[in-house]
Amino acid sequence: MRPVLRSPVGAASAVLLCLLVALAVFAPILWGDRAAAIDTDALQQGPSSAHLLGTDQLGRDIFYRVLVATRLTLGLALLATVIGVTGGLLLGSAPSVLPRWAARIVTSAVNIAVAFPGLLLALFFAVIFGTGTVGAVLAIAFAITPSFARLTQTLTASVSGRDFVKAARVCGVGRFRLLVRHVLPNIAEPLVINATMAAGTALMAVAGLSFLGIGVQAPSYDWGRLLGEGLNRIYLSPAPALGPAIAVVVAGLAFNLFGEAAASLAGRRQQQRQEPVTHESVVDTSAGGLLTVRNLHVTFPGGVRAVRGVSFTVQDGEMVGVVGESGSGKSLTALAVSRLVEHPGVVSADRLEFNGTPLARTSDRELGTGLAMVFQDPMTSFNPALRIGRQVAEVSEVHQGLSRRAAFAKAVDRLRAVRIPEADRRARQYPHEFSGGMRQRAMIAMGLMGEPRLVIADEPTTALDVTVQREVLRLLARIRAERSAAVLLISHDITVVAQTCDRVLVMYAGRIVEELPTSELFTSARHPYTTALLAAVPDLDTDRDAPLAVIPGRPPEPGEIARGCPFAPRCPVAEQKCRLEEPSLVSVDEGHQVACWKLDAELVEAAVGGAR
Amino acid sequence: MITVERVRGSAWLPFARRRALRLLTSLWVLVTAAFLMIHLIPGDPVRESLGLTAPPEVVAARRAALGLDDPLVVQYWHYVSGLFRGEFGTSLVSGTPVADLIGDRLPATVQLAVLAFVVVIVVAVPVGVVMAVLTKGGRRRGGELAFTSVSVVLAAIPEFLLAVALVSLFAVQLGVLPVAGNDAAGSWVLPALALAVGPAAVLARIVRVELLSVLGNDFVRTARAKRLPARLVYLRHALPNALTATLTLGGMMLAALVAGTVLVENVFAWPGLGSTIVGSIQQKDYPAVQGIVLVYGVGVLLVNLVVDVALALLDPRSTIREA
Repeated sequence: MRPVLRSPVGAASAVLLCLLVALAVFAPILWGDRAAAIDTDALQQGPSSAHLLGTDQLGRDIFYRVLVATRLTLGLALLATVIGVTGGLLLGSAPSVLPRWAARIVTSAVNIAVAFPGLLLALFFAVIFGTGTVGAVLAIAFAITPSFARLTQTLTASVSGRDFVKAARVCGVGRFRLLVRHVLPNIAEPLVINATMAAGTALMAVAGLSFLGIGVQAPSYDWGRLLGEGLNRIYLSPAPALGPAIAVVVAGLAFNLFGEAAASLAGRRQQQRQEPVTHESVVDTSAGGLLTVRNLHVTFPGGVRAVRGVSFTVQDGEMVGVVGESGSGKSLTALAVSRLVEHPGVVSADRLEFNGTPLARTSDRELGTGLAMVFQDPMTSFNPALRIGRQVAEVSEVHQGLSRRAAFAKAVDRLRAVRIPEADRRARQYPHEFSGGMRQRAMIAMGLMGEPRLVIADEPTTALDVTVQREVLRLLARIRAERSAAVLLISHDITVVAQTCDRVLVMYAGRIVEELPTSELFTSARHPYTTALLAAVPDLDTDRDAPLAVIPGRPPEPGEIARGCPFAPRCPVAEQKCRLEEPSLVSVDEGHQVACWKLDAELVEAAVGGAR
Repeated sequence: MITVERVRGSAWLPFARRRALRLLTSLWVLVTAAFLMIHLIPGDPVRESLGLTAPPEVVAARRAALGLDDPLVVQYWHYVSGLFRGEFGTSLVSGTPVADLIGDRLPATVQLAVLAFVVVIVVAVPVGVVMAVLTKGGRRRGGELAFTSVSVVLAAIPEFLLAVALVSLFAVQLGVLPVAGNDAAGSWVLPALALAVGPAAVLARIVRVELLSVLGNDFVRTARAKRLPARLVYLRHALPNALTATLTLGGMMLAALVAGTVLVENVFAWPGLGSTIVGSIQQKDYPAVQGIVLVYGVGVLLVNLVVDVALALLDPRSTIREA
């Protein structure tokens, strides 16, 4: 509750609600007589200093009548809400306690009722219960019930699927107890928020019925009735109609906004301020390649530095692997070098060049045809609403000026090239009709629509099973061989990289900690992290009785990188210096760079021995 | 995972069957509810309608004429079979067939609702898309706040209050538009506006939120990786996927809009069903109320049906997923 009050909207609406309650309690006591006082000398007057909103046909002061009517209006609305919400709760939670056939009847009844707008239900019940106060309250209550029952049902169903409820069920907790002890407490918050908003709706609905003349009847009066009376003479003076109208709107808004503030609080992520991050430039004289990356940084608001000074080069036709745990910045590096990092992420680099031109100035056409992307999850990477062929064809339509028909024919051809059977028919299907492996091949086919110089594959096999993995990796290797395209393969699996790539970049906490040719990976890897990764890979000689080797601890979150080498807390050979200063990448051999203070061969040797 | 090998056409048949079944059930519930309405009224509806002073013979004669003395099942049969012949009963007040009354009044209501809905769509979708694009990734916090506050306030004002405010401003104070009726072209403006503003505000917010969440999807990144122009990314890839949720909620709003005409018609003395039903409720003209409630209910069911079919066309998965 307290955080709600801290937001300006929440605080304002809370103050309004308190004011309304105070009015409802005290207004009839303080001004009841003045609101009922008949003044035959001042019939149907417009607003004046004596009567702020004028007088009605009996000369009663409308302003005081509006104030006094707060009690009846608010009371009726709250009563209707309480009855409606209670009914909705009972109906909504009944299916989880009732036998299955009864549950089904209740559910379908609610489903049918919820399709009808509340006002229509209210009119229906108003006929049955008769015009008048009781009829109006019951009508509104019954109109609220179905939608609240539906809400309860939906929420209950979502919680029932969670593990703790399943666990309780397995433990033999009864259905009723399950509902009361495990389910309802977990859906209480959205229910309360929605009940608050329902009160706002009920208030306006009661006013609406009274306004139509089928709610509160004279001599009682609520805002709706006052509004209806005011509307009849709106030509003479708008104030008697606008007064109660404003009261209804303000009160309804107070409920709605309070609920709204509480709801948005439940869903909103903490907002962080953007801090400028400055990076030291490193003087760079090295030659570039097809893809040249120097001192690349990717930062997010709140000083989160996800990629911190990464430099590497990919040559024409080369296959380079990037390895690291999740959160190491490898995927963001891939996105940054393909110019796909979105606001609020900020990319900066001393050099970021594709094919000799800065990436920022490369045309969309050149990137669209020359740089192919393959993403991690083929299940979500295709647009579910468009046919596969159309999605594959799009590149040629947009960048190569092909007609829709010609582009589609080319897409079928490319789908055939990635060995999709019956490509002609398949191209006319939707993504959900494709298996995961086929989608990933279709994704590669999409990259082949142009003349790719570089394929960036971000965990292309992670979501696939092992046999399909091999197919996709072979396909990438084939493309590389046939089209002399370079491949940047990002993976958390060091064996995949070792099998397919020429060079490996090992990333940890947003930096490259080691770079070396794959041929030397198993013999001369020197960074303790790399050796630990290698040690964690089981092979045929692994003792199957011993637990699998793991790297103790977890990598730091991008926001929590402190001083020193980020691997130091998990490093078996870390010493004082490692915890104070971060090592930079130094060349130790031809094509081999390591960022580690402990380059002493013996100690690294000891680390490998220790980890095994 | 399920490899869905079936052709698209075959998914349609079960969908159509399921949807038809649901429509028939809802219709049956609606008709039964309308029939029972008269019998659920405490006391004698004829006595209620004719008043306490009416002589007992008159009441008895009217009861007999309405068939209220027959067994319930027989009455139900007469009612349902009458509906199939287009008979909605006879008004207690005017003595004319309710079907004629509905025939007279329905067009004005339908025209008003359709006009308002078109206004809602034409305003809400572009506004929602533009706001999503402008505030993507937490940009322009101020604009987002202003948009959200304005739309929350507009959405919270009930249509009849908005109608009163519009009348008082444009018809009474400025005198530029007619205050009531549907004779002149200008008289359509205020009722349609009163009906459309709230739903348009809600729908624009939904479109924005849905589009923003769709923009976070992997397939949007794929579209960007293809370096498509922004227009294609938003309109071809993102918007259709945002429309499914938008349409679901939009359908509910359209249904509510149908009901909202009741209030707005009463403010503007619009010669539609809405002003008729309120008068009939006040005069306890139960057959008329029964008939009009039925018409509104069927209207809502039709709207829901159209929305479901549109959803199935827009998102081929929904025909399968629903099962």
